[in-house]
Amino acid sequence: MDLIFEKSIEGRRGYSLPESDVPSAKPLAAKYVRPQSPTLPEVGELDVVRHFMALSRRNFSVDGNFYPLGSCTMKYNPRFTEVLAAMSGLADLHPLLPQLASGDRLVQGALAILYEMEQLLCEITGFSAFTLQPLAGAHGELTGAMMIAAYHKAKKNRKKYIIAPDSAHGTNPASAAIAGFQTITIPSTEEGVMDLAALERALTDEVAGIMLTCPDTAGIFNRDIDKIAQMVHKVDGLMYYDGANLNAVLGRCRPGDLGFDVMHINLHKTFSTPHGGGGPGAGPVGVGPKLMPYLPVSRVVRRDDGTFRLNYDYPESIGYVASFYGNFAVIVRAYAYILLLGKEGLKQVSDHAVLNANYVMARLKGVFDLPFDRTCMHECVFSACAQSKNGVHAIDLAKYLIDQGIHPMTVYFPLIVREAMMIEPTETESKQTIDRFIQCMMDAADLAARDPEAFHAFPKTMPISRPDEVKAVKDLNVNFFD
Amino acid sequence: MSLNPYIANTEDDVRTMLEVIGVERIDDLFHDIQPQHGPKSFDLPKGRSEYEVVEHVRGLARRNAQELLLFVGGGYYDHYIPAVIPSLISRGEFLTAYTPYQPECSQGTLQALYEYQSSLCALTEMEVSNASLYDGGTALYEAMMMALRVNGRNKVIVDGGVSPIYRKMIRSYTDNLNIEFVEVGPAHGQSDRGQIEKFLDDQTSAVIVQNPNFFGAVDDHSDIVKMAHAKGALVIQSVYPIALGMVKTPGQMGVDIATGEGQSLGLPLNFGGPYLGFMVTKKEYIRKMPGRIVGETVDAQGRRCFVNTLQAREQHIRREKATSNICTNVSLCAVQAAMYLSLLGRQGIRDLARLIFDKAEYAKHLIGQIPGVEVKRAAPTFNEFTVSLPKPAEAVVEAMISRGIAAGFPLSKYYPGMTQYMTVAVTEKRTRNDIERYAQQLKDVLGKI
Repeated sequence: MDLIFEKSIEGRRGYSLPESDVPSAKPLAAKYVRPQSPTLPEVGELDVVRHFMALSRRNFSVDGNFYPLGSCTMKYNPRFTEVLAAMSGLADLHPLLPQLASGDRLVQGALAILYEMEQLLCEITGFSAFTLQPLAGAHGELTGAMMIAAYHKAKKNRKKYIIAPDSAHGTNPASAAIAGFQTITIPSTEEGVMDLAALERALTDEVAGIMLTCPDTAGIFNRDIDKIAQMVHKVDGLMYYDGANLNAVLGRCRPGDLGFDVMHINLHKTFSTPHGGGGPGAGPVGVGPKLMPYLPVSRVVRRDDGTFRLNYDYPESIGYVASFYGNFAVIVRAYAYILLLGKEGLKQVSDHAVLNANYVMARLKGVFDLPFDRTCMHECVFSACAQSKNGVHAIDLAKYLIDQGIHPMTVYFPLIVREAMMIEPTETESKQTIDRFIQCMMDAADLAARDPEAFHAFPKTMPISRPDEVKAVKDLNVNFFD
Repeated sequence: MSLNPYIANTEDDVRTMLEVIGVERIDDLFHDIQPQHGPKSFDLPKGRSEYEVVEHVRGLARRNAQELLLFVGGGYYDHYIPAVIPSLISRGEFLTAYTPYQPECSQGTLQALYEYQSSLCALTEMEVSNASLYDGGTALYEAMMMALRVNGRNKVIVDGGVSPIYRKMIRSYTDNLNIEFVEVGPAHGQSDRGQIEKFLDDQTSAVIVQNPNFFGAVDDHSDIVKMAHAKGALVIQSVYPIALGMVKTPGQMGVDIATGEGQSLGLPLNFGGPYLGFMVTKKEYIRKMPGRIVGETVDAQGRRCFVNTLQAREQHIRREKATSNICTNVSLCAVQAAMYLSLLGRQGIRDLARLIFDKAEYAKHLIGQIPGVEVKRAAPTFNEFTVSLPKPAEAVVEAMISRGIAAGFPLSKYYPGMTQYMTVAVTEKRTRNDIERYAQQLKDVLGKI
């Protein structure tokens, strides 16, 4: 398909500007001026509409396809929250208004949403306070790691390390490193959970904290979680909860009650805001009493008369982690989603996410290797090891699914499982959709046994076949004009 | 009890599925969560219908300022968004896709991001772009971290004209790291060459500047680039993308990394986000750049296609050795910007920049005529400018709000001591009538407080 730049025709316009109603000003001195126009395309409005319509048709999406991408929680995103986020009075609100004198009067509704959202998240997770500033899950991790650093600095603790299991999301060690820590990786046992003996050995006085996903990336809830919390707290380490998998345990347990000190929530996962092809998301961070003083500013506080204002007066705060108050339009969507579902609806999210995942696991057991043969939470992990002996790898099975109109599961993650295939059906998919997926996986396994060569041609039904990723790196081309 | 409306399972389905799994109740699937791990409380409100939630949020939206005439900017501007953009971007194929890990079924997002990268390169006259970062502030922080990786030094000179919001963020992020900061105040509104030169040495990793800066001043940083390069330091410039329809580009100045806030490229103000952080740089530094990058390649049949490339820099491969921890960024916002820049086109961006510049100059002219008010003119400006008032700016702005005008941003919030100063921003949406009403009201307010 042509690029928009290749559709450019000299002199064509796609934008109408108001006629100038002011005098023409004296131009800037030449040294400040760009002499040449940027090489943007010259296309009409209809060209733009058709171009992006055509592009959109070259995407899989939750709206169009089953999307059992493990760890990413690709559930249905309710449409009414889109209407709310785009509403006049919210979408057009300038972020500096509340920083003007008495400016908080101009944004009482917006501050109420932020305040109430914080309260709701506290009750859902068992934490004392939340910052809504972090703009994505990994950004929340970084915020948490920065608060952990501030805590130890204030206590004059000499801490160097953050621990993460080998099953952790790649963002955990990356976030810890960027906050200035070195990471220690703890291996998993054959049952897929953290090796406690190895943890015991790693837990020195120099350990600042540990980052855990619970349930973990193998879809398993760690029964030793309170033991781990005791061990980490004994060296004055802090417990970080990676909330990527919070959608498995709503109403069943709360990280704040389990001994965790800090967590982030991916609003775009558990609270169903659209992923947008890779963001925007939002990653609010909750803290227990130990980390309260270090929360980023500003914070929304409630006056005695019930009105809200921004408060910057927290001397031990780590400062600003985002320019303003977080990805507000994402927060509005998640807020509305929580209000609509309510207490029972939220609990049902986890009930049915876990039910659907266990159903997939039960039906595909015996078809593919199941490294952890036990009840799973919201996702299950299979291995294509048996098929790979025949030359059919997890990635080949993934490409087979694309031709069936199904977005592949996550492959090659978690790293602790060879040829991993991580399946998260989510609670919004029907049994009929899931049954069809299961049938496709069975057919794929069957084909892998009969005709492994066939897989190399998949996918066949997409606008493109498999891309040459080596060439993409070798003959690097990331800019049409370069 | 009825199920939440987004769950598809019927009672029959649940029964069948439990049978296949071999348990009696859904509760049995949660046996790993032992009783002592149960929630101490889960006291949330009862669910509501869609209509009730819509009305509730609509009520809250009504408690925010409506019909306020905006002259507040600070890097975030009230531009018109063509109707095509919300219409196209709300297509579920863009909205509800994930990061394009499977390129064969994600060519729409991938090609749109490649076009975004190319448009940003065209706009800034830089060689390469990534596929977006969270916002303008985090992009600037990431650029600084990138410069430290490029030359392995640890001193950073920051121009005082760089947004104080960004500077605060950079300080927060680096509190636990070993980085030496030197902040240099502006001279006559622009970057202070003498001071920057004084602090530049062979330990300096980068000089960070902004154009136009927080006071609105337009600058040509070519000389600072030469100075910095002579010492082996990089120059990072934060830019306002709409201004680049008129003002000299970072590419022309020889800047090494340019970043900026892309909100003005077709995104709503959204009370602070989601926004769009962009980053463009020279080809030689691409392997040190954070964030996802889309590259062109061919498929097995030799057809052109697009993939996420240079992934060995990223956290899902490199973990603690990655160039950044970023995973989810703001792809959808980048696609919006690609649409906006396509609509504007090469002439539209020039015309838009010219119109905004003329309106801002007209506002300067009128405001400058009010007795006791001085428009700072030491440096040229584009769409925003600094005004000194005969009264405290906070009180003036407060009084103007009661007349339906957000008159500007008082600088004392971030520059203690500058109590009489504010910045005033103008966009293409402000009419001559608006500007004249503003000047009249300001004159009136100054006479009364």
